Amino acid sequence: MTDSFTVSSSGAERRRARIRAGLGRRHLFERIFRGLGVLAILIALALVGSLFWMVISKGYPAFTQANLETEVYFDPDIIKVDPPPQQQPGQSAADFRAQRLAWQRQVTMSNWNRVVEQAVRAAVPPGLEITAREATALVDAGERHRLRDIFVENPGLLGERLPFTMLASADVDNWLKGTIDRDLPDERQQLSPATRALADQLLESGAIQFKFAWHIFTNVDSRSAPASAGLAGGLVGSLYMMLVVVLLAVPIGVASAIYLEEFAPKNRLTDLIEVNINNLAAVPSIVFGLFGAAVFIKYIGLPLSAPIVGGLVLTLMTLPTIIIATRSSLRAVPPSLRQAALGLGASRTQMVFHHVLPVTLPGILTATIIGVAQALGETAPLLLIGMNAFVAAVPGTPFDQSTALPAQIYLWQGNENRNFFEARTSAAIMVLLTLMITMNAIAVLLRQRLERLK
Amino acid sequence: MRVALLAGAATALLAVSLGATGASAQSRDTIQIAGSSTVLPFASIVAEEFGAAFPEFNTPVVGSGGSGGGLRQFCEGVGEGTIDIANASRPIKQGEIEACNAAGVNDIREVQFGYDGIVFAVNIDQGDFALEPEHVFRAIAAQVPVDGDLVDNPYTSWNEIDASLPDQKIALAIPASNHGTREVFEERVTGPGCEALAVADAPEGYCNNFRQDVVIEIAGDYTETLARLQSDPATLGVFGLSFYDQNRDTLKVATISGVEPSLETIASGDYPVSRPLFFYVKGEHIEVVPGLEEYVQFFLSEQMAGAGGLLEEAGLIPAPAEETDAVLEAFLAGETVSAE
Repeated sequence: MTDSFTVSSSGAERRRARIRAGLGRRHLFERIFRGLGVLAILIALALVGSLFWMVISKGYPAFTQANLETEVYFDPDIIKVDPPPQQQPGQSAADFRAQRLAWQRQVTMSNWNRVVEQAVRAAVPPGLEITAREATALVDAGERHRLRDIFVENPGLLGERLPFTMLASADVDNWLKGTIDRDLPDERQQLSPATRALADQLLESGAIQFKFAWHIFTNVDSRSAPASAGLAGGLVGSLYMMLVVVLLAVPIGVASAIYLEEFAPKNRLTDLIEVNINNLAAVPSIVFGLFGAAVFIKYIGLPLSAPIVGGLVLTLMTLPTIIIATRSSLRAVPPSLRQAALGLGASRTQMVFHHVLPVTLPGILTATIIGVAQALGETAPLLLIGMNAFVAAVPGTPFDQSTALPAQIYLWQGNENRNFFEARTSAAIMVLLTLMITMNAIAVLLRQRLERLK
Repeated sequence: MRVALLAGAATALLAVSLGATGASAQSRDTIQIAGSSTVLPFASIVAEEFGAAFPEFNTPVVGSGGSGGGLRQFCEGVGEGTIDIANASRPIKQGEIEACNAAGVNDIREVQFGYDGIVFAVNIDQGDFALEPEHVFRAIAAQVPVDGDLVDNPYTSWNEIDASLPDQKIALAIPASNHGTREVFEERVTGPGCEALAVADAPEGYCNNFRQDVVIEIAGDYTETLARLQSDPATLGVFGLSFYDQNRDTLKVATISGVEPSLETIASGDYPVSRPLFFYVKGEHIEVVPGLEEYVQFFLSEQMAGAGGLLEEAGLIPAPAEETDAVLEAFLAGETVSAE
């Protein structure tokens, strides 16, 4: 008995000794694994951090732009136009419109460049000689259209003086911000020495000031007046596309998920459907773009570069995401809930809509928002349906030509005025990232809120 | 219930597609343009000014895709989903006219509106290049003659080709074949370079057979070429004059046959590598898409494509006024390009 005890106790001792010997190694492995985990997270954070740092450090200067404060004189000697037409009694609306258009054309044909030049000259300190071309080079080319539009709205301004803030041109902005090397010789500069000197003097005297560039959000893209180029077209275009995605992908996605999960029999056919939905989720987005160009534009005949087509293509892309996420949240609902509902005499539809669906709402919402955020940033399919075109207008409906935020980033990245548009591109990326982060944050908040309510 | 749900989903889908087709039945009222990335900046400026000057018309939409891509879209047919104008930095090809005709596009009106130079440029901190077409050909060709025999291109550095060139690794970023610029590059630079070498009984296609190890073909815009120059500073890039002009602070231009490219030397014809720019208007769409004729007239007007116009400021070399007048006259008269 004692013999056997010593044997077993020595066996236990040996075992313990073996464990103790191995313990150091196991702890080491654990430490190494934890260390690797921390390292992986640090690398990921560093990558994200450097991306953000790169974008923000490049993009934030674009949010302020040089503005020239001056006075505009609507000189009757330059703006030689008749008084605006008044609708005569008995004159038809069409006639009046034609007359008004003719008057507008007359206003447009006035030499607004000269009005701009005079306005710049009003700010020039005495003793500085500059030519007309050097003076107009100081301000953005879009200002003459802005002045004209103000005049069309209010023809009573003829002969009046008006304090006016003009956007400095992209080249002046580059020069003052130092985006173009200030030490380069004249022949490598975009601006003449006189304009550069004038810009510096005006900045010193306070006539040129850096102000927050709200027009990035309110203006459309522009090539003839690069300083005034903005994101409004892309923002509205993207908004329309997201609208189409939400209106189509959510009902279709949720309905198919409910049917497949709650009603459909489990057989070969539904298995096949399930496999194909998963396949669809893995299809590269550019393929959806090709599909959209072939079917929606060529076959159905929807317009080129229109948000409706972009929205339909992105719907196809988002559908599988929503179906898969909805199905998994349906599957997470305990069967007891269903059995209880059915046991109390509810029909299957009542069970689904009264009991199961409300519980899965947070999951569906999150999936939708994340799916839509993903679609918001998608670029490749948009390039194939013509949404990378230059569009200088805000689309009125989803059927109008438009660009989208990511496509606008792509366009600005390719603009030939690199010094100016490099910052603009990063600024647009910042806007897009902010939108996506906001959407993801809303998804997280909603889920937490709804889960607490349950 | 299942049936009801399915039916519901089906009606929703149907409603959407019906609504979509219904909306597309109404005619498009915005001019749709696509094509050459060289013409794109000019066309965009005209489009914007056109929208500002003609309040009754929408601002035209300008897409890119290269001359080849634009003309391919142009020749897809007549109707809503096809573009009205194709921008091109080269004349339309026979094959393209045939494709157009086959798709029902017969009224192709050619508009030539000015000139653009093609320049070779390197990063500002690189050596000075005084190129001859022959140098470029020797650098780029797959086979070059050495002592009368065609051998695989042995050159690795520019000064091996000619002692006057800098001691710099040979690397070239040239436009891919979807760009009209490529054609001009072959026609005006490597072609004459190839002929200057005068190889007897050279194999077929020898002049356009480039080596792949030192040549990067750029399918995208000039910014892609610029990015290539920044990542590999030894690269010699091919750009349009207007692009170079806006980036003079980072690029250094090469002379060709001793002539520096500029508005003046290209307009006078001294600089050898220049080409006319075009756009092609689909005659079938005139009167259907509002403003098409007005757009062409506005484009060719003094204030746009003329001397001292907005496009000259953006780097276009204006055509002489008589030439532009003739082009406009031919357009308004309805002269079309047809297959031979």
